[in-house]
Amino acid sequence: MNDHATTPPRWLQAALLAPGLAALLITFVLPVAWLARVSLLPQAVSLLPQAGPSVPATGLSAGAYARVLGDPFYWWIIGRTLGIGVVTACLAVPMAFPIALFLARSTSAWRGVLVVLAIAPLMTSTVIRTYGWMVILGRHGIINSLLLQTGLLAMPIRLDNGLFATVVALVEILMPYAVISILSTLGRVNVELEQAAALLGARLPQIVLRIILPLALPGLLTAALLVFVLAISSLVTPQLMGGGRVFVLATEIFNATTVTLDWPFAGALSVVLLILFGLVISLYQRVLARMEAQA
Amino acid sequence: MSPRAGTFCWRLLVALLYAFLLAPLAVVLVVSFDTRPYLSFPPATVSLHSYAAVLRNPAFRHAGLTSLTVGAAAASLSLVLGTAAAFALARGTFRGRAYVQWLFLSPMLVPHIVLAVGLMMTLQPLGLLDTLGGLVLAHIGITVPYTTRIVSSSLAALDRSCEEAARLHGATPWQTFARVILPGLRPGLVAAGLIAFLFSFDESVIALFIAGNDATTLPLAIYQYIQFRTDPQVAALSVLVVALTMIPVAIVERGISLRRAVGG
Repeated sequence: MNDHATTPPRWLQAALLAPGLAALLITFVLPVAWLARVSLLPQAVSLLPQAGPSVPATGLSAGAYARVLGDPFYWWIIGRTLGIGVVTACLAVPMAFPIALFLARSTSAWRGVLVVLAIAPLMTSTVIRTYGWMVILGRHGIINSLLLQTGLLAMPIRLDNGLFATVVALVEILMPYAVISILSTLGRVNVELEQAAALLGARLPQIVLRIILPLALPGLLTAALLVFVLAISSLVTPQLMGGGRVFVLATEIFNATTVTLDWPFAGALSVVLLILFGLVISLYQRVLARMEAQA
Repeated sequence: MSPRAGTFCWRLLVALLYAFLLAPLAVVLVVSFDTRPYLSFPPATVSLHSYAAVLRNPAFRHAGLTSLTVGAAAASLSLVLGTAAAFALARGTFRGRAYVQWLFLSPMLVPHIVLAVGLMMTLQPLGLLDTLGGLVLAHIGITVPYTTRIVSSSLAALDRSCEEAARLHGATPWQTFARVILPGLRPGLVAAGLIAFLFSFDESVIALFIAGNDATTLPLAIYQYIQFRTDPQVAALSVLVVALTMIPVAIVERGISLRRAVGG
């Protein structure tokens, strides 16, 4: 009853929603729908101005999808994309866990600063952090200089330009997401349980393995999902670290849109990536629901 | 292993992980003081030469201006649209509210690269490719879910009885909004606007698809530069960009803790 006084009138509700809805329509609904439509165009038409006047885009064909799914190369690309996602998630989550646990249980005066240091990299562009890894792993980079100076190497080795460099950079770039996600779960794990276990004589490794890890499992899973989906859709890092030799879905999409100007093909690859996204997220929800049912 | 050795190993592990996490930014900072035209480590000199070169570089200056303009425009528009939508969603009683709410959050579930391709195909016939307007529009799209969500949660935290008291004492709806609701929302609004600005300022994938020749943002300028060259100039530019993103964060942090200190 009281709520009535603070509920805006109908026309105002509509007026408040309309601009946001319009913006979402133009910047989200329309582009995704148009992308799906273009992926079903018959011939390899580009709608870019430099490719001549716009080709009338009509007709319906699954040709672009047939070209993706009929080519073993693209199955290999899909497999490699998923592989990079899994490896990145499997490295980033265990590496983020100690930082999150340390921050969650720290009573230090520096805790605030340490939280900011763990999360601040999120506020710096992926391009800049990828560049940092180019400096570290490059031919004249830090690792090579150190190995040369200590006499462990006679010639600089190639650490950059490849799968290894791409995964190292992705792990570092996506770790802060995992730290945030694990930190928020650890905040909900009851400290008294740990204290009780410690009083009963459990050592720290036991407490971590038997109490904290099982209770934090949903948070670890969320962190893994987040890192995985961000890794399989990342473009800048594989493009720059891979030196044109690491092929994943994102680099192929970029190539088809800007180099070969094959828009239906780019659309089909994007839809494939979107479907992978949907599958992984629904799998995650199913696993999470099962874990909650067991708890 | 004794407990002390255990604690030491544990702290060492955390320190090493921190070193890994902060390595690229630390390295960029160190390299930015070098003067040699190629990438090498450790630096031969300590000078601000590269910084001066960046500030004189017309391409970088143009990109900086573009990034600031697009970030400010996208963040303020996204804040207005998101706040209005958050109000309608929090206080509205229309049918299908759950669906609209979901629609406002759904762009977060779509990878940026897919949005980028779709935006490129949509903005092209509108003649908005490689324009400031196109970039602003695209960045509104990716930031509106966040501004809506942040303002929604601050609205949910407000005590509605204050609004009711204001209305009972004869305040008009507008007065209630301006004098009661808005002050309570301020921290949420500042956070939402800042997040939107930073997302726009750091965004590179969408910009890579829909801009690049004329409307070049800073991440895009850095990307294009390091594809061919890796000299210290781009390190200096990177340090400046990171500093530019940290300044607003630090100011807001300080503002909030200052208010906390004053408020006791």
